[in-house]
Amino acid sequence: MTEVEVSPEVAEYTEVHRHPEPKGFWSKYIFSVDHKVIGIQYLLLAVVAVFVGMALSLLVRLRLICPECSYPTLGTLFPVGAPEGVMTPEFYLAMLTMHGTVMVFMVLTTAPQGGFGNYFLPIQIGAADMAFPRLNMLSFWTTFVSFLLLMAAFVVEGGAPQTGWTGYPPLSAVPEATVQGIGQDLWLASIAVFCIASLLAALNFIVTILDLRAKGLTMMRLPLTCWTWFITAILGLLAFGVLLAAGVLLLMDRNVGTSFFVPGGLVVSDKQIDHSGGSPILWQHLFWFFGHPEVYIAILPGMGVTSHVLSTFARKTVFGYRAMVYAVVAIGLLGFVVWGHHMFVSGMSPYSAFVFSILTMCIGVPSAIKTFNWIGTMWGGKIRFTSPMLYSIGFVSLFVSGGISGIFLGQPTIDLYFHDTYFVVAHFHLIMGVAAIFGMFAGLTFWFPKMFGRMMDERLSKIHFWLTFIGVYAIFGPMHYLGMLPHPRRYAEITGVDFLVEGGAAQLHLFITVAALLTVLAQFLFLYNFVKGIYAGKVCTDPNPWEATTLEWAISSPPPHDNFGGKVPHVYRGAYDFSLRGAKRDFAMQCNDDKAVYGEQSAASGD
Amino acid sequence: MGFLIAIVVWGVTLAMAVPFFTQTWWMPESITALGDEIDEAFMWTLAGTGVIFLVAQFALGYTVWLFGRKSAGPASDSHGNNKLEILWTTAATVIFVGLTFFGYSVWAETRFIEQKSMEPAEGRLIVEVTGQQFVWNMRYAGEDSQFGPTDINLIDDAAGNPVGLDRSGPGGSDDIMVPEMFVPVNREVEVVLKSKDVLHNFFVPELRIKLDTVPGLVGKLRFTPTKQGRFEIVCSELCGLGHYKMRSFLHVVTEQEYEDWLAEQASYLF
Repeated sequence: MTEVEVSPEVAEYTEVHRHPEPKGFWSKYIFSVDHKVIGIQYLLLAVVAVFVGMALSLLVRLRLICPECSYPTLGTLFPVGAPEGVMTPEFYLAMLTMHGTVMVFMVLTTAPQGGFGNYFLPIQIGAADMAFPRLNMLSFWTTFVSFLLLMAAFVVEGGAPQTGWTGYPPLSAVPEATVQGIGQDLWLASIAVFCIASLLAALNFIVTILDLRAKGLTMMRLPLTCWTWFITAILGLLAFGVLLAAGVLLLMDRNVGTSFFVPGGLVVSDKQIDHSGGSPILWQHLFWFFGHPEVYIAILPGMGVTSHVLSTFARKTVFGYRAMVYAVVAIGLLGFVVWGHHMFVSGMSPYSAFVFSILTMCIGVPSAIKTFNWIGTMWGGKIRFTSPMLYSIGFVSLFVSGGISGIFLGQPTIDLYFHDTYFVVAHFHLIMGVAAIFGMFAGLTFWFPKMFGRMMDERLSKIHFWLTFIGVYAIFGPMHYLGMLPHPRRYAEITGVDFLVEGGAAQLHLFITVAALLTVLAQFLFLYNFVKGIYAGKVCTDPNPWEATTLEWAISSPPPHDNFGGKVPHVYRGAYDFSLRGAKRDFAMQCNDDKAVYGEQSAASGD
Repeated sequence: MGFLIAIVVWGVTLAMAVPFFTQTWWMPESITALGDEIDEAFMWTLAGTGVIFLVAQFALGYTVWLFGRKSAGPASDSHGNNKLEILWTTAATVIFVGLTFFGYSVWAETRFIEQKSMEPAEGRLIVEVTGQQFVWNMRYAGEDSQFGPTDINLIDDAAGNPVGLDRSGPGGSDDIMVPEMFVPVNREVEVVLKSKDVLHNFFVPELRIKLDTVPGLVGKLRFTPTKQGRFEIVCSELCGLGHYKMRSFLHVVTEQEYEDWLAEQASYLF
């Protein structure tokens, strides 16, 4: 194990964030204040949520290929939504809405940041814990409450909401417009609670990264994972507050009789609605002011992991580290001024479309820089094909494929045709959905030995990679063609729509559904590998099995309660010192000084 | 392993791209000059992004293959290349931002419409379209070219007055309410979009344009169809359980057929 140097003044400084090792079961595993336990809690929540989300997507897919088919089990579970096992259009919309909400909030927002960020941020910066351990625990349990509220929407009268994950009013605001009860209220409450949890977590991350970095760990020596968690936290801090406000206002419109989002003069099914003076477009502005940064909240940590893993297994430093940092910062900044591209055809002033469109195109630039630099990182390397490396290469490919369709949608003229079609569905699933998920696969397989002291089965991971990589392309590639037809989103069936029936939409839907079923099956392979790895994986005593450079690999696996065993590491170099000329090994850990890297003599000669 | 990854990455790339070249699943033919311009903007974007897409995926596969071989030499200790970095940043900026200027005139023609006048100017046909769950209501001003007043209290779907038209008001007696839209070919049409209840979206794929109907707001779209035929109007904004069945038709007919149709509709009024 590599020597970790202690510096007394830093030790004293970080002492306030330490807390004693818990003794009982509850304080150790349930209401833990240890960032590592909380990180795993977030991950487990995401694993549960992702399987719920996938099940919902399969129901959606099944109805699309056969609206009249009967699934008796479904009829037993949801006698109202699926009478005699046949899914109603309302049920389809409810599954669709819940799929989007569960995936965006409970998976894409929790796992990359709350899961991996919580576990590895403090370790990678040499801290004993997050800055506010109790707040951290509160964040997780608040998120958990939010998850329960969301799940409760399935079982209340009227079932889950049917207004899409964007919940546009007046549909979501006027109960008469849908055939549902309090499902929409629970959905809103869940999101509001989730926002609170995310705000707390964001504060914690920002303070931790600014305040608790080890001696010698300057911002420009931070692993890129930490940079992306940092920028993600800032996005979360600024975005979730807006969604919280919007959610509370919509909840009031539904229950207290206010009219923030509902205009006067509505007539729903020949009944006048008692509202006046609100604006449906206001919700869209507030929602997307959150919603666009949310895309980056989901994907940035995946970008960080990818940069990290590509460098590690190409045995080569990150190509243009500074450019990568600036690109992440630029994406974060620009991410706040492009929300209008979701609203080109909303009725918003057509003049503002120009501004939003130019800014949207600008955000393609840092994205392109990142892609070039990922390839540049591997160029000239000596690639080791471990499973995290495969997932990261997959990430880059998916990121390119998902990003490229954004160039179409960012232009208002072309968006006139593609808005609200499957072209959009394909776009955001590739980039924000599966690319981000591949980032998580990369992170999980990469850090698994550190978290559990055991290895996942590399062979199974690789099989899973191939199945999933080809599977997601088979699902989301053809959705672009559906968008060409142009198949509108959120259609429970295509019956009667001539240009879809004649255009071959049914065949495409069938192909996509089969691909989705197989891809979901492949995820059970990963689940098996994950669970088996925890209990029966090959024991990994080597603290640094990947020969990586960052601080987490300098401590034992799993890490001790306070991470560095009472010591405080000192950082001497950047995060990606691979294949240094004249070095004894092909990697230099951040806590290695020149003497350790080059040996006694060459250090003295100032090489 | 590197070669296998390269083959699969290139394989999925081609599989994604080929149907765009063969146009297997494609847009229906455009029926307006504006639609043709939108198609042109689309094709330019397709060409530009297509090249970027193919080059990027090819480079990814090639790099993985080249530097994943067992025979590959030791890794270099290069930290990057500022010249390259500046080169591709500039190139990406020029291409991406440059593309946005394509088709801006189309956007302006379609959407920069003065919002005040309901009076038809120089032969422009105005059709008011009101969305409701889950039907489209089309209103024509009738012989006097003037839309009658509406009153929310008169709305009665069962009695055939979905928009609350006041027949006794000025210009109201000859307004024509129909479920499908008829327009004469080669004449400019202005669609005035309204909604009674929730958001809907007026979309005709052959026109290439769509716009939300927002309760409380009036939206406008303009187009001049140059081809005759029957085209589907679909709803493209989630509006509830019947969203997928909310459809109507746009009939583009000759001037004479249009006049005949209009006269026939008017004859039902009295």
